[in-house]
Amino acid sequence: MAQKKVIALTGNQAAAEAMRQINFDIAAVYPISPQTELMGFFAEYVANGEVDTEMIAVDGEHSAMAACIGAAAAGARVITASAGPGIAYMVENLYVASGMRLPIVLLDVNRALSAPLSIHCDHADSMLTRDSSWISLFSENAQEAYHNIIMATKISEKALFPIIVNYDGYIVSHSIEDVEILDDETVRNFVGPSDIHRIPYPLLDIKKPVTYGATAQPDYYTECKYQQHVDFLKVYDIVREVFDEFAEIADVKYDFIEEYKTDDAEYIGISMGSSFGTLKDVVDILREQGKKVGAIKIRLFRPFPVKEVAEALSKAKGVAVLDRADSFDGIGGPLFKDISTAVMMSQNRPFIHNFIYGLGGREVKEEDFLKAFDRLERLEKGIETRDRFVEYLQVRE
Amino acid sequence: MAYGEWELKPWHEIPVGSIVPEAGSSKVNKTGSWRMLRPVLNYDKCTHCLICWIFCPDDSIPVSPQERFETDFEYCKGCGICAVECPYNALEMVPEMEVKLKELEEQLG
Repeated sequence: MAQKKVIALTGNQAAAEAMRQINFDIAAVYPISPQTELMGFFAEYVANGEVDTEMIAVDGEHSAMAACIGAAAAGARVITASAGPGIAYMVENLYVASGMRLPIVLLDVNRALSAPLSIHCDHADSMLTRDSSWISLFSENAQEAYHNIIMATKISEKALFPIIVNYDGYIVSHSIEDVEILDDETVRNFVGPSDIHRIPYPLLDIKKPVTYGATAQPDYYTECKYQQHVDFLKVYDIVREVFDEFAEIADVKYDFIEEYKTDDAEYIGISMGSSFGTLKDVVDILREQGKKVGAIKIRLFRPFPVKEVAEALSKAKGVAVLDRADSFDGIGGPLFKDISTAVMMSQNRPFIHNFIYGLGGREVKEEDFLKAFDRLERLEKGIETRDRFVEYLQVRE
Repeated sequence: MAYGEWELKPWHEIPVGSIVPEAGSSKVNKTGSWRMLRPVLNYDKCTHCLICWIFCPDDSIPVSPQERFETDFEYCKGCGICAVECPYNALEMVPEMEVKLKELEEQLG
């Protein structure tokens, strides 16, 4: 079992600590709030010689991902971080990285997209990466961010897919909480040494030269994508394996989703990220009032845990899907569509409604989620009607 | 091999990440077929300075340290950079169709 100690750290500090312990080979950095600080903390470690990481300061997030792709293809262990419009800027290269099947860790400190300009938290930036074939994990707090980064390094290398670790901008990144840190040796042993042969075709193996990123004509592109498709489905098992291995060293059991008082729940709320803390408090408040409610947190966002969600909702009457981003597509938010798919594929079809909340860093209060549960119950019982599946929870009318 | 004449492998025989393990695989792709304008060299003006070879982006001009040989028309895409860069104006870009038609006439007699 690992030696642990509890320190007060912000999300960015905890992430920097994880990066220091893993000792990446290359970190490509470009600043953007709220992740600038993270790379700043890490830069201190580099300057003090506490890590062997080579830090490359690039001219933009697109270049940051390009640098990561080149380094990862060479056989290095790489990391970068971004937020909001920075993620948007690197999206082109996200598809390149996953198409090349390179293990890369990207820390997405969730921030809203412009316009209007906002440096504050929402999940719109992560929703840009949904279809990019990147594995995606969401963290509720600094502790989970710390753990997720360590596990992500291993998941990415086993699956040969790049991975995003999300944690909420400012809410998690800049707030201090107790974080239980593992000792350096345990983390190093868990992720293993950084050997170029962690990937099948490292460019640094000059005896076996290969070409990365060649053209594929219409007669080949489909086969290339199908191979990627089949391998991405294997990620479920790999994530579970790594979660189990991590449980052995850190004594904390993670799974694709986390259920809170859902066993006999009639109405269930689903959210991702830091708002789950508030959601759990609201469930407790309503339980005291005698209402049978529960909550589910999505930890593994991509690939989406359809089976687990369908199973968890199998006895529910009503489901409130809480989206911290809007898809503006006339249907609802992005998480709503994933949950709807899970429910569509299962026997039980609870009443699902979508609430958009927390955009641009809007503070999430208990009364907001209490309102959501109340509205869900009224809709499900037919006391109120709806003409759309989606509504905004916190807008001033 | 002409375009489309190569083997079509099933999805599971493609290396992970769609990498290409063979060296020199671009040789199969005869990009000369893309050419609309062909560089025609006037050997009276050519001093074999090799400046056209330095600028050719396609490595389509075979040379020795002393001599510039005829353009490799299997790969030359007809971009015209050699004609622009030649300090002696020894290269002229001629429509490929003209050259092909002339060759055909000669063939058919």
